[in-house]
Amino acid sequence: MGAVTLTAVLAQAAATVMAVLVAPLLLGWVNQCRAWLQNRSGPGILRPYRQIRKLFHKDAVIASNASPLFRLVPYVEFASMALAAAIIPTLWTGLPFAIAADTIALVGLFAMARLFLALAAMDIGTAFGSIGARREMLIGFLAEPALLMVFFTTSLIARSTSLPTIADGFAHQPFALFPSLAFASVAFVMVLLAENTRIPVDNPATHLELTMIHEATVLEYSARHLALIDWSAALKLFNYVCIGLALFLPWGLAESPANPAGLLLAAPALVLKLAVAGAGLALIETLNAKMRLFRAPEFLATAFLLAMLGLLVRLLLGS
Amino acid sequence: MASARYACADATGLHKICEQTRAAGGTLQALWASDERDRDGGFRLWIALGDAEGLLLLELPLAAERPEYPDLSDLFPAAAHLQRATHDLLGVRAVRGDSRPWLRHAAWPEGTFPLRRDLPAETSYPAANDAYPFVRVTGEGVHEIAVGPVHAGTIEPGHFRFSAVGEKVLRLEVRLGYAHKGIEKRFESLSVLEGQRLAARVCGDSAVAFSWAYCMALEGMCGTLLPERTLRLRALLLERERLANHLGDLGALGNDAGFAMGLTQFSRLKEELLRMNARVFGSRYPMDAVIPGGVAADLTEAARRELLEAVTPLENEITILRNIYADHSGLQDRFTGTGRITPALAAQLGLRGLAGRASGQPGDLRCDHPCAPYDKLAVRRVTQTGGDVAARVAVRFAEAQESLRLCRVILESLPSGEVQVPLRKPDDFLPGSGWIEGWRGPVLVFLQASKDGRIRRCHPHDPSWQNWPVVEHAIIGNIVADFPLINKSFNLSYSGVDL
Repeated sequence: MGAVTLTAVLAQAAATVMAVLVAPLLLGWVNQCRAWLQNRSGPGILRPYRQIRKLFHKDAVIASNASPLFRLVPYVEFASMALAAAIIPTLWTGLPFAIAADTIALVGLFAMARLFLALAAMDIGTAFGSIGARREMLIGFLAEPALLMVFFTTSLIARSTSLPTIADGFAHQPFALFPSLAFASVAFVMVLLAENTRIPVDNPATHLELTMIHEATVLEYSARHLALIDWSAALKLFNYVCIGLALFLPWGLAESPANPAGLLLAAPALVLKLAVAGAGLALIETLNAKMRLFRAPEFLATAFLLAMLGLLVRLLLGS
Repeated sequence: MASARYACADATGLHKICEQTRAAGGTLQALWASDERDRDGGFRLWIALGDAEGLLLLELPLAAERPEYPDLSDLFPAAAHLQRATHDLLGVRAVRGDSRPWLRHAAWPEGTFPLRRDLPAETSYPAANDAYPFVRVTGEGVHEIAVGPVHAGTIEPGHFRFSAVGEKVLRLEVRLGYAHKGIEKRFESLSVLEGQRLAARVCGDSAVAFSWAYCMALEGMCGTLLPERTLRLRALLLERERLANHLGDLGALGNDAGFAMGLTQFSRLKEELLRMNARVFGSRYPMDAVIPGGVAADLTEAARRELLEAVTPLENEITILRNIYADHSGLQDRFTGTGRITPALAAQLGLRGLAGRASGQPGDLRCDHPCAPYDKLAVRRVTQTGGDVAARVAVRFAEAQESLRLCRVILESLPSGEVQVPLRKPDDFLPGSGWIEGWRGPVLVFLQASKDGRIRRCHPHDPSWQNWPVVEHAIIGNIVADFPLINKSFNLSYSGVDL
């Protein structure tokens, strides 16, 4: 486990800033892959950056009855996702910040971000905001237990609820196959799709207000506020993919930033894994249609069931 | 098609004829009025009924002081909107029924009737407060969701007021009229020959259907008979219009269910079709291809061969996509059972056209009352009884294939001959009517001319008038999130009914 030294803290801070800066690139890559799979030329992988820049150059339009909460929420969202990025191992596992929050706290952090977003959606009092908040909470309260079960399974194997410790255990111990992880990984991908408003649960590209889940909650936002929300959504996707990589594909992670040779391997490994994960995500989204809203609970219940099976396999069979 | 029959009736006779027509399975095709005070001091109510023999035009003279007629919405539910619109434009009103404005939002004050002849077209009024009482639904947990008229996508304006409990919709009320442009008033400043250009622009996706219906009305009044080649070219244009719309809708329906691959593939097919239209007919959506007395340009032999060679590849691509749609469980789960209109309800509400054929209403003018050249083409009727989104998708697939077959038949056996004939001077006494099966359903154009060859009254009627009230029923009991898909499966016109 990483000691809290000044170098380690600085390195971790730098890594967090990198994660924040790189996150829109992953979203751009997923969208580009989607376009290619649909025989479109696509907008290029830098499109999310251009969108964020455009939004920062606009004047914000805010409803006259907006409370201070409405203005505050984009910053809360962004800060939560940046904080999450700080406790998720991307390049190395010796994270000094990790002692502050384990996987359960991470789930809580995501839940808090969602709660604030739902509150902001209802703040203006439009029908769409309330619909969006309602649906977002429906997805959230079903996805959270499934995510927790995934974390419990991995925690049982690694005997720790700290994400860097779990990743470290998988990455640097003799290779072993855990059937329980197979269940957990499928459950995790399902949660990832639901939590990041991807098809088949939500459609991030839709313009139909009545079908939106996440988009309906942010319809009232514009300019810099919307830029921050879009950016934190990109960061959330990046965080989720990195959690998945840390839990299920941790190979290549360095132990600490003090070892440049390890980083030399970890950085290209991360890029490769993100590229493959992004393309896989685009493939899932292209092959599926969006499911009827009330199928989402079934979908997430299946995720929960799989995660639960993983947990039982680990507990009862020890594998 | 046999030419339309005319009858003049009084108020009780009118209601009786409507009752008999309804009992015999006939339908209300259109309802409108005209201002005849300069001729005989009164107004006229016009009703077009469709029965086994074809089109029946009923004329009801109304006194200028109290232009009232019996409410017909008890017999034909679709009459409700038509009666309200007729009142807004001409002040001719039904004695009972819904008296809320329909087309009049805030552009002109109550008690002013813009379609009356004594009101100049250029009159304008200051904007007024637009208060419209929607029907309220009360009860534990019932809330309203107001959508539109401005939407997040680039689509036409319409307001949808949902009363819902959670996600479940209890009631939907549609309010249209935002795209009112005064088209009927504009017609009255045109000559009969100029009118085709405006008719083609009533509803952009049905340009051929409306311009053909207009020309059919005018040619009927002039007693003009068209050569076979001209008629076949018109049918070719109409089938290509149907095909383009069906392809676009099939892609959009996939997209609304989150299956973007369907949209990109169908958009490609539609775009290729439209580009071929631009090359061959000079316009992507051929607005001015059908003209009074014929078609604007003849088809060259090279163009004929190009169109013919494109038929088989398109047929194959549609078959592939049809299989993909049919085999996609996620897509079928969204389509099946969504927005169901049972055949019984469809018959009661007068659902027509493509949506009607998906709900067991077999009406298709190309089969029932075929005008030339359809009388020789033996169009295969497509019907489904499911009445849900899946059925409307299935009808579109089958009709697209049938349109391609018709295109092939027309192109393979195109007779030689003229494509334009001169028109005689129109009769100013008898009105003319054109009735064409557009891609949405039957399009009706009613035309009256004056002695100097100008349009006296022209009323274009889109089948969306009849089908909008059915959309309000289709969503009941479904969830809010499924409305865009249901609405798209009907894909009704706003511009075509707001006029």
